[in-house]
Amino acid sequence: MARNKFITRFFQYAILIIMLVFVFIPVILLVFGGLKTRGELLSHPYSLPVPPRWENVINILQQPTFWQMLRNSLFVMAIVTVTVVVVCSLAAFVFARVDFRGKTLAFNLFTLGLMFPINVAILPVYFVLRQMNLIDNLWGVIVVQIAFQLSGNIMILRGFFTAIPSELQDAAYMDGCTTFDFFWRILLPLARPALSAVAALTMIVSWNDFLVPLVVLNSDKFWTLPLGTMQFQGQYGSDLALVSAFVTLSALPTILFYIFAERQIVSGLTAGAVKG
Amino acid sequence: MQQVPAIPDILKLNKGSASPRKFRDNLTVFLFLLPAVVLFLVFVLYPILQSFYYSLFNWKGFGPPVDFVGLNNFKHILSDKVFLKAIKNALLIIIFSLTFQLPLSLLLAVLVGRDLPGRVFFRTVFFMPYVLSEVITALMWLFIYNPDPERGFINAVVVLFGGTAQTWLATPELVMGAIFVALTWKYFGFHMLLFMTGLQNIPEEIEEAGRMDGANIFQSFWLITLPLLGSTIRTSVYLSVLGSIQQFILVWIMTKGGPVNASETLATYMYRFGFVRFQLGYGSAVAIYMFVLCLTFSLIYQRLTRQPDYLTGL
Repeated sequence: MARNKFITRFFQYAILIIMLVFVFIPVILLVFGGLKTRGELLSHPYSLPVPPRWENVINILQQPTFWQMLRNSLFVMAIVTVTVVVVCSLAAFVFARVDFRGKTLAFNLFTLGLMFPINVAILPVYFVLRQMNLIDNLWGVIVVQIAFQLSGNIMILRGFFTAIPSELQDAAYMDGCTTFDFFWRILLPLARPALSAVAALTMIVSWNDFLVPLVVLNSDKFWTLPLGTMQFQGQYGSDLALVSAFVTLSALPTILFYIFAERQIVSGLTAGAVKG
Repeated sequence: MQQVPAIPDILKLNKGSASPRKFRDNLTVFLFLLPAVVLFLVFVLYPILQSFYYSLFNWKGFGPPVDFVGLNNFKHILSDKVFLKAIKNALLIIIFSLTFQLPLSLLLAVLVGRDLPGRVFFRTVFFMPYVLSEVITALMWLFIYNPDPERGFINAVVVLFGGTAQTWLATPELVMGAIFVALTWKYFGFHMLLFMTGLQNIPEEIEEAGRMDGANIFQSFWLITLPLLGSTIRTSVYLSVLGSIQQFILVWIMTKGGPVNASETLATYMYRFGFVRFQLGYGSAVAIYMFVLCLTFSLIYQRLTRQPDYLTGL
């Protein structure tokens, strides 16, 4: 029995470690590439970066355009996240807690949004932005990102809000709370974990978005980090070490944020996709 | 609960004044929903409806559309070999995903199980590609697939084992497989996460009882775990198929749909006509085909699996 268990464990770890290698190889090659000089990368592409060369990293960090892209990405992400959290929790509250005529219709409208992700809708959305003069404007990116984040996050928050016992609501009304009081003073504080899950998810989606900035933004002063990363690759493609350093630097914020907010991201995603 | 108004209330309503309480609630509903509804109507629904109109024109995007062509765009698309290739590729990605990526994710979730030491570490690492942007993913894999073995890792390994270096992304027979590996790299952790959560919702006692009754590991997996995981698997399949239909960024960055349209997807096809060739009417018609495809799939799938959860909330 004990031997059986040992063999099982051995195979478990063997497969998991193979997958670990699969996941890490592209990342490690990228990071190592960024820590070599151009010549080193050409002569020893797969060796350890010993000693690490920080020239490329420093070179990029000294370019004002890198910081400009970082600022643009942060600006878009901050506004999108705050708006999505506020707008979605208002709507989700109404769907979870208040009865009104046309509720099913309104709700089904938003569920339609789940089926039409931005990848499918980008061309129609582009027309509307053009009509509204929002092309080559960060606000064009912002409104579209918000609009396409609504459906999913309303569903997630509605799930959380529905789970809060209705006795609480009855008691609050009995004590003279208005609907708004109940929402603001009782429900939102209780739903803080859900709100941070939605915020974390929205931050990731906004930060990583490439398609909307690609279509909306023309001037390089507006480029966000993913768009800038692509342009950088196009411009310096022959200097693989430099590009690797740039890609590594643009991945770094996401990785750090992921390590910091893994719990929120995971709980948001599983609440959105798994029932119960 | 819909409140049935009492008769005095109805009388009052007829006079044109609802009770103050009711009024306040309606106002709350209106104000709370207003921002979401406005944003959604203006930037999601209106664009979609408008593209129906544009799809009826031959339109380059300058001035208003005037060259009305009726349903010609829709007919043209269906007879375009490249579009059919894109459909074929979408099906290919779906089949790959369902036969390889999801079983792999499920296997890993089962392997990690409830109590394997290092469980959280594996989950954290396997899920990391999902949070990295598609741009970064695509560039990483672009580097790895470099045809020169001195620069592309995969070819270095192939050469090391005595094979010949391949141009992975420039060979029509290899390109979809190569893209699928990158897609799997990015998405298997997400499905694994779903399965891990699903597994955790299965009471341990049920599996234990099965084992007490003499079921071995495989029997207990096939007869107990898998059926109880049904709703998670259905969700996973659903998300995987929808994701396959609308795959864009990874493909666009790695191959632009090439070589000679070998890796064209529906979204790259639409992007090419909309934003590269500026045949906006035609591109709109492609968008509508994609809407119809997604919508039809969603409705049929939900009907078949009798799982209305995605439509009516959680």
